[in-house]
Amino acid sequence: MASVELINVSKSFGKVEVLRDINLSLEQGEFVVFVGPSGCGKSTLLRLIAGLEDITGGELRIGGAPMNDVLPAKRGIAMVFQSYALYPHMSVFENMAFGLEQAKLSRSDIERRVHEAATMLQIEPLLDRKPRQLSGGQRQRVAIGRAITRDPRVFLFDEPLSNLDAALRVDTRLEIAALRKRLPDTTMIYVTHDQVEAMTLADRIVVLNGGIVEQVGTPMDLYERPASQFVAGFIGSPRMNFLSGPVAEAHGAACLGIRPEHIVLTPEGGDWTGRVTLTERLGSDTFVHVEAEGIGPVNIRVEGRTDIAAGSTIRMTPDPASIHLFDAAGRPVAR
Amino acid sequence: MPETSRKSRLSRNRTRSAWLFLAPMLVTLFIVAAWPLGRTIWFSFTDASLDLMADAKWVGIRNYLEYVDWGDGEGQYYGLLADARWWRSVWNTVRFAVISVAFETLFGLVIALVLNQQFRGRGLVRAAVLVPWAIPTIVSAKMWAWMMHDQFGILNDMFLRLGLISHPVAWTASPDTAMIAVLIVDIWKTTPFMALLILAGLQMVPQDIYEAARLDGVPAWRTFRKVTLPLIMPAILVAIVFRALDALRIFDIAYVLTPNTDATRTMSVYARENLFDYDQFAYGSAASTLLFLVIALITITFILATRMDLEGRNT
Ligand SMILES: Nc1ncnc2c1ncn2[C@@H]1O[C@H](COP(=O)(O)OP(=O)(O)OP(=O)(O)O)[C@@H](O)[C@H]1O
Ligand SMILES: [Mg+2]
Repeated sequence: MASVELINVSKSFGKVEVLRDINLSLEQGEFVVFVGPSGCGKSTLLRLIAGLEDITGGELRIGGAPMNDVLPAKRGIAMVFQSYALYPHMSVFENMAFGLEQAKLSRSDIERRVHEAATMLQIEPLLDRKPRQLSGGQRQRVAIGRAITRDPRVFLFDEPLSNLDAALRVDTRLEIAALRKRLPDTTMIYVTHDQVEAMTLADRIVVLNGGIVEQVGTPMDLYERPASQFVAGFIGSPRMNFLSGPVAEAHGAACLGIRPEHIVLTPEGGDWTGRVTLTERLGSDTFVHVEAEGIGPVNIRVEGRTDIAAGSTIRMTPDPASIHLFDAAGRPVAR
Repeated sequence: MPETSRKSRLSRNRTRSAWLFLAPMLVTLFIVAAWPLGRTIWFSFTDASLDLMADAKWVGIRNYLEYVDWGDGEGQYYGLLADARWWRSVWNTVRFAVISVAFETLFGLVIALVLNQQFRGRGLVRAAVLVPWAIPTIVSAKMWAWMMHDQFGILNDMFLRLGLISHPVAWTASPDTAMIAVLIVDIWKTTPFMALLILAGLQMVPQDIYEAARLDGVPAWRTFRKVTLPLIMPAILVAIVFRALDALRIFDIAYVLTPNTDATRTMSVYARENLFDYDQFAYGSAASTLLFLVIALITITFILATRMDLEGRNT
């Protein structure tokens, strides 16, 4: 009922085309994450769905009905802005109630909805405060609460966590995951450039690059079967190693990709030999940067801690099943 | 213990440098503001005249109010507080200030809202709007005096052609229209200033909340009333106080455009007349002192009544 479809959607600002031929079909209740590098058009796409920008070409449908010319307020959407966009002169309660008053709801209805949302997000004690009296995380929750009170069919988030510190990010991310479980029928679209958020929250991820869709798929699809070198490099942390030259040519490709976690240290003889240039110890993992002979710089992920020191020589072997091959245009090569 | 004493030494240092930085301004303020004001107040309690300022003698509150007994059981009050002409000029000034500031705020708000929109040539329009404010007051008063001239003025010519009036009006000389003439010139001249102050306030309003309001389906008028207006109200109030302070001292336009008219004699004009034209320096000083008190009273009342946030507690 509240599926979202984009059919050949494009968007230009003046002469600049920002989005081109976007075709997407999101099911009701799905949690879809848009990721991509800065400036690739994630926010613009979200704003097209919200109705904050006009669609230049193509069609947008929500719940099967064309939405191109429908006012934002009538689309059944709610949006959480990166900057929260709370009304600074209104209390938390008024912030959450302002839109509902517009919807001609009765006073008791409004109060019930606000209190429901406030309870869900544990901001009940903050209802009388002004936004400036709240911490960043609390403001974020108020912004989400305000969106919930609208009882939307489609929930839009534009980088909602990017203004929070690392610890709060993790907490709020878990809360959004929980919220998602409580609102199983609501379609959620979430913009981020943090791929951990994308991988952990998404049912499906849409990777955008330069205004076009690079790939759509489940997080594991994207991780295991990237449709391009760009996606392979964008998904996964630390980044996939891309090796060109003889190693790649041996497989008949222009570029060989192997993730750091798919290279194992094999002290008793391995395929590659190299000198360690740097080790990064994170506690749970260690990233070993190696200058591999005849191959180039390679990053290896080792579980736990290791005593490998910079300057030492090690031997390693890539997992043959996890090798990705790309042609000169960055398209995958069949093995 | 050493912690706190070090901290207090630090804050003592900060206090000292704060005073050091403030000192030049305090000295200047004392020389150009406090000293002349004190002198004026002093003269208002003396019998000073223009040529005998040095011999001025203390006469108490005679310039303000004095009861003269004529000996036969009758008598009369004299002094500024019993002077109908003075009270007329107070009324003229206050009426002028209220009407002009009200219109300037209204027009300024409308212009600021327009200038805050995106359109081609906005920078040029913003600069052009400032022109009336940039013209020296005397020049614009003379200019308007010519436009309002009863025989040769363009205003009468236009109104006659449009059929709005049947015969030429002596805008600046007639008691019925003199105040309107002064108001028109002042509003024309000062609206840009208001517009600019309010525009500065408008530009402080974050844009994202307008998008939130659009998603909520709040119509433009309600967004203006419930979001924009409350957020720019502090800026508007400050602008009103600035303007009111200025308007209550109005001198040049009234003096140049409509000389010697009871209908537009303001407190400042009244004080000047007595100080220099009538050689009643002490009496004029008393008028200046009362002018100061009236302005102070009105401003303080306004600030208290609007609970204006002068200390920035709300930002
Ligand atoms: N109002 C506008 N006028 C002109 N160009 C715009 C406008 N809004 C966005 N753009 C351009 O569109 C492109 C996409 O912008 P968008 O904000 O969608 O990027 P994004 O993917 O959200 O980036 P980020 O991760 O930095 O938020 C950018 O190149 C930007 O310069
Ligand atoms: Mg963005």
